[in-house]
Formats: sequence, structure tokens, C-alpha cells
Amino acid sequence: MNLRMKKSYSQEPGMSLIVKVITRLTVGLILLYGIYIVTHGHLSPGGGFAGGVIIALSFIHLMLAFGKEEALGRLSKRFVSLFEGLGGLLFLIVAILGYKAGYFFYDWFVSKGKLFSLFSAGTIPLSYLAIGLKVTFGLFAIFLALITIKLKAKK
Amino acid sequence: MLMLDILIIFMILGAVIALEVKDLLSAVVAVGAAGLALSISFLLLKAPDLAITQLVVEILILVILIRATIKKDLPFSTTGRWFFNTTATFVFLVVFLYFGYSALKDLPRFGEPVMRVSQFYLKEGLAKTGAANLVASVVLNFRAYDTLGEATVLFAAVVGVLAVMRRKGRKELSEPENEEEL
Repeated sequence: MNLRMKKSYSQEPGMSLIVKVITRLTVGLILLYGIYIVTHGHLSPGGGFAGGVIIALSFIHLMLAFGKEEALGRLSKRFVSLFEGLGGLLFLIVAILGYKAGYFFYDWFVSKGKLFSLFSAGTIPLSYLAIGLKVTFGLFAIFLALITIKLKAKK
Repeated sequence: MLMLDILIIFMILGAVIALEVKDLLSAVVAVGAAGLALSISFLLLKAPDLAITQLVVEILILVILIRATIKKDLPFSTTGRWFFNTTATFVFLVVFLYFGYSALKDLPRFGEPVMRVSQFYLKEGLAKTGAANLVASVVLNFRAYDTLGEATVLFAAVVGVLAVMRRKGRKELSEPENEEEL
């Protein structure tokens, strides 16, 4: 925070030029790694919760480096709350669709597929996707709320 | 297991330092070190799912805590009804210890687990769910109710945080120079 450039970059919000350039290079990789962890939850260690936290960390990374306005321009609050609710709803829908054929979470509508392939294991990847969405946007919403309160307390 | 003992001693030291040190930022860093040691010990106990989750959540909480503690001291109140508070603490301590002791007597002895349900999961898990990661098949198929409950808890936590923050924002909404509202 203290290492700001003197002239051109002192006006812009966020951290210094070095941090911004490194962030621009790495934030995509972190996002991609989080998506990999979420989608391969049924094949390798990890899963929806860990991957969701990694994706949320990539958003927080962007926000810390570029300032609040830049990050919120790409990812508005309405978008965040919409996807948080959507993740929870998707998980509930997976549960209730199973009830149609007998009991909750019964995976009759997705085939089990071949072992070790990406599209296998019935409803488990779907549920992990829902949990990943939910965790990502839920934690990011908490971070947004804390940041906003912090800024208000400063004024 | 020597490695595990060293890690546990390291974690205890980190927790004690986090409690005793005066600087808040140093306390947060000490908590982070203790969490990292916990993640490594999960890895040593052959639980990579837990290790990844612990590491990632630790980083997130550290970022949030550092962001929240810099340039700001938390209020710590020692005045007030100290007699009532101390008495209530001791009474609840005794009650919890009594119930904990009577519950512990019914547990199976350490190292002799009753593994009937777990044996079923281990033998039939792959055939029933088709998931290569056995943890995923337990979490999202056999014990999916638990996961649904956890998702609900997370949702309630997010809604609670947003509600508490939003109330403060509404109160300031009446002032003229306010543009942020969540």
C-alpha cells in the first residue's frame, strides 16, 4: 500500500504497479485451478468447498490489487447474490429430483458413466458444482460486506 | 508419528503466542502458522481432502482478519458484571464436564472402532456411486443430508452477516454523503 508510484499511479486506487502486473498474470491461473478442483471433485481430493474458496480467493485477489470499484465493475453485487442463491437452489433441485424415483439424492437421471472419466459418478459432479457456486459467491459476499463497512468506518 | 507430535507442539506454541502477544497483526500471523501446521498434520494422517480445505480456508480467513485488524483495535471489555459472568462460566463448565464424562464412558475403546457402516461404504461405494474419490461418494451420496445441512448453515451465515452489515448501512443512508449500500 505504501509503495505507490509517485505520479501516474498515485491517483489510481489499489496497490502498486508491480502488484497489478503480477495480479493480471496470475489471477486467471488461480481461477482456472479453482474450477479444476470443483469439476474434478469426484476423481481427486478437493471438491466443491475447497474449489469454491479458491475461486473466491481469486476474486478477492483482484479486489485487493485493483481496488473496489474495478472489481465491482466486473462483478456487481446483484450478480453475486443471484449466483449465491442459484447454487443453493441447484443443490436442492438435485435432492428433490431424486425423490421422484424413491428417496432424496437418488441419482436416477444421470448415468454413472465410466470410472475415472470426467462425466461419471451420477449426481456428484452436479452437486459439487452447486456447492462450488454457493461457497464462491457466499464467501465473496461476506468479504464485500466487511470491506464496505470498513470503508464507512474510515469516513 | 514423531512428525505429528512435533506439529502438535508447534500448533500449541502458535496458539499460546497468538493469545499472549500484544500486537494484533502478530497474533493473526501466529494463528495462521497454527492452521498451516494443522493442514500438514491432516496430510500426514492421509486426509488430502481435509488438508486442501483447511489450507485454503486458512488463507481466506487470514486475508480477511489481516484486512480487518490493521489500524484497528478490537474493543475488549473487562468491566461489568464480573461476578455473575464468572459464576455462570463455572456452572456451565461443571455441567458440560459432567455430561461429557458420562457420554465418554459409553464410547468404544480407543483403537477399536465399530466399523460396520464404514465397511459397507468401503466395499460398495464404487459400485453404488461410480465415483473414484471415495470421500466424494460418502459426502454427496451416502451422507448427502449432512452436506445439505452444511450448505444451509453456510447460507444462513452469509444471510446473517449481510443482514447485520446492512442494518448499519441503512442507518447511515439518511446522511447526505453516502453512496455505498449493500
